[in-house]
Amino acid sequence: MNILFRLGTAREAFDVSMTRVRGGAGGTSPPAEKPPTQPGDERPRTWRLRRIRADGVLLIIAVPGLVYFLFFHYGALFGNVLAFQDFVPFLGISGSEWVGLAHFERMFGDPEFWNAVKNTLLIAALQLVFFFPAPLALALLLNSIVGDTVRRFVQSVVYLPHFLSWVIVVALFQQMLGGAGVVNGWLSDLGMGGISIIGNPDAYGPLVIAQLIWKECGWATIIFLAALSQVDEQQYEAAALDGAGWGRRLWHVTLPAIRPVIALLLVLRLGEFLSIGFEQFFLQRQSVGPETGEVLETFVYFTGFASGDFGYAAAVGLFKGVIGVLLIYTANKVAHRLGEQGVYQK
Amino acid sequence: MGRPTPAVRAAKAVALTVVVLLVVFPLWTVLATSLASPQNVISNGGWVIWPEDFSFGAYTEILQGGIITRALLVSAGVTVIGTALSLTCTIGLAYTLSRPKVYGGKPLLLLVLFTFLFPPGMVPLFLVVQSAGLFDQYAALILPFLVNVFNLVVMRGFFQSIPSELIDAARIDGAGEPAILRKIVLPLSKAVIAVIGLFYAVAYWNRFFEAIIYFNDQTKWPIGTVLRQYVTGGASLAETSGEMATTSPQSVQMAVVMLATLPIVCVYPFVQRYFVKGVVTGALKA
Repeated sequence: MNILFRLGTAREAFDVSMTRVRGGAGGTSPPAEKPPTQPGDERPRTWRLRRIRADGVLLIIAVPGLVYFLFFHYGALFGNVLAFQDFVPFLGISGSEWVGLAHFERMFGDPEFWNAVKNTLLIAALQLVFFFPAPLALALLLNSIVGDTVRRFVQSVVYLPHFLSWVIVVALFQQMLGGAGVVNGWLSDLGMGGISIIGNPDAYGPLVIAQLIWKECGWATIIFLAALSQVDEQQYEAAALDGAGWGRRLWHVTLPAIRPVIALLLVLRLGEFLSIGFEQFFLQRQSVGPETGEVLETFVYFTGFASGDFGYAAAVGLFKGVIGVLLIYTANKVAHRLGEQGVYQK
Repeated sequence: MGRPTPAVRAAKAVALTVVVLLVVFPLWTVLATSLASPQNVISNGGWVIWPEDFSFGAYTEILQGGIITRALLVSAGVTVIGTALSLTCTIGLAYTLSRPKVYGGKPLLLLVLFTFLFPPGMVPLFLVVQSAGLFDQYAALILPFLVNVFNLVVMRGFFQSIPSELIDAARIDGAGEPAILRKIVLPLSKAVIAVIGLFYAVAYWNRFFEAIIYFNDQTKWPIGTVLRQYVTGGASLAETSGEMATTSPQSVQMAVVMLATLPIVCVYPFVQRYFVKGVVTGALKA
């Protein structure tokens, strides 16, 4: 959920894929295997051994992390084969029966699956329309604060919710907006009827977006603030001398200057369109019921862990994962074109 | 730049105040309710904005032992051990991948970055954890999340930004890789280590879902899972709160929320000043 990290990682992914493309097309050896630099290293095997020994310490300190990735990530990647099995936990992957694409056929005919797809797409669209611009607006506001102390104070406050867990955020929203919460208390003090937000399926979409904005909006301003700090002061002064007011300076100086960043973040966000989060929806699905509250990841959880239908759940998870890879890959391709003027070139 | 007009300045001030209040007010209500006396809470309808008489009853009650005290200790232990292990593994791998011309560096980097494209699915990961025999083990809250690929990339980017002249000079002086890492790289990377450490610590402290699927033994639950059960899951704390006369259930619930939030609020200011220095430089240079 962190834009900054995505930027960095996306950049890495390009570098690596570009290296791979170049290496493959040119028919040269992989870049890691640089030709021997010392004279006398004729035989590649000796050279390789020498390289391994020279880098021994470096390779050893990398081992724990690598073992982690191999075991938990690649092990789990391999575990996806159970999407093609009638998986019985007692028998394990080796003992369970293969069923081919049966789970996927079932998935495409399952109305509950399509309901989860619909809800996921709806929430993803709401996130894109309402959550994406919010940090930009807040960053523009923060950037316009002249006093350093005030600015730092406000920044400290708005970054904080990012570090609270979804359990706490959901608890806070219940306390504020729930049937016996603070807002309803105020309304009844004013002699008005209560509003039903928590547990009301009609309000679920706006509620989850409001929670996301409350939790992540401040943190997401960091990248915009970094971009805004690069805007040339002289252009502001020139525009002000020419008589441009606040609105025109924003429109003609600020926004064009940070447009590459906005475009890049938008593309990367589109690449993660389906990654709407899990914990937030897991915590609140029961309060509105599966009709409104079921998203793809909660569908996987409840099918797999509550109903014990592991093979089918894994198939749905794999389906979502593959779509996600395609989306990220496409987004990174597009972002790479924009990347020529993206933030990370600075 | 022209001075903003008073109207614009006032509008800005109002907007900022609203933003700050939106964040602070809910947390303030929780704190106030947790500290109010039971009569105060009940007469106010379940929550308090300004406690009229204080009571630490809710806190003394949940800290007397029982499930919440235990959950706080579990979370603290998992956070401390997990963060130490995560930082060690992340630094080791990030440093190796940041050095140019390490044997096998590029394939290893690809191997790691591929996991960013395809994160492990919930069900397959569950089976891996099961096959490792981690059910009902605290390690199940740590090992499956040992290295975060985003954190790894940020840290690698930061290591790469260290001038190679420094490292080459040390090498010429006869320093081996361990000495270079310990005496040059790590001291220069305090900012990024502090920030990444905070990210890991917060992630461990906030983790709740994994205990639901990996732990049958509820006494081993961390605070997040307990919080979910008793606060947002709607289950009553009555069985754990003995003397209902001295505390109100709302105060107890809010005290639990407060105790789950407090460590983060306490650590955060010390690390916050490194955010931009550590993260932005790391990410932008990556």
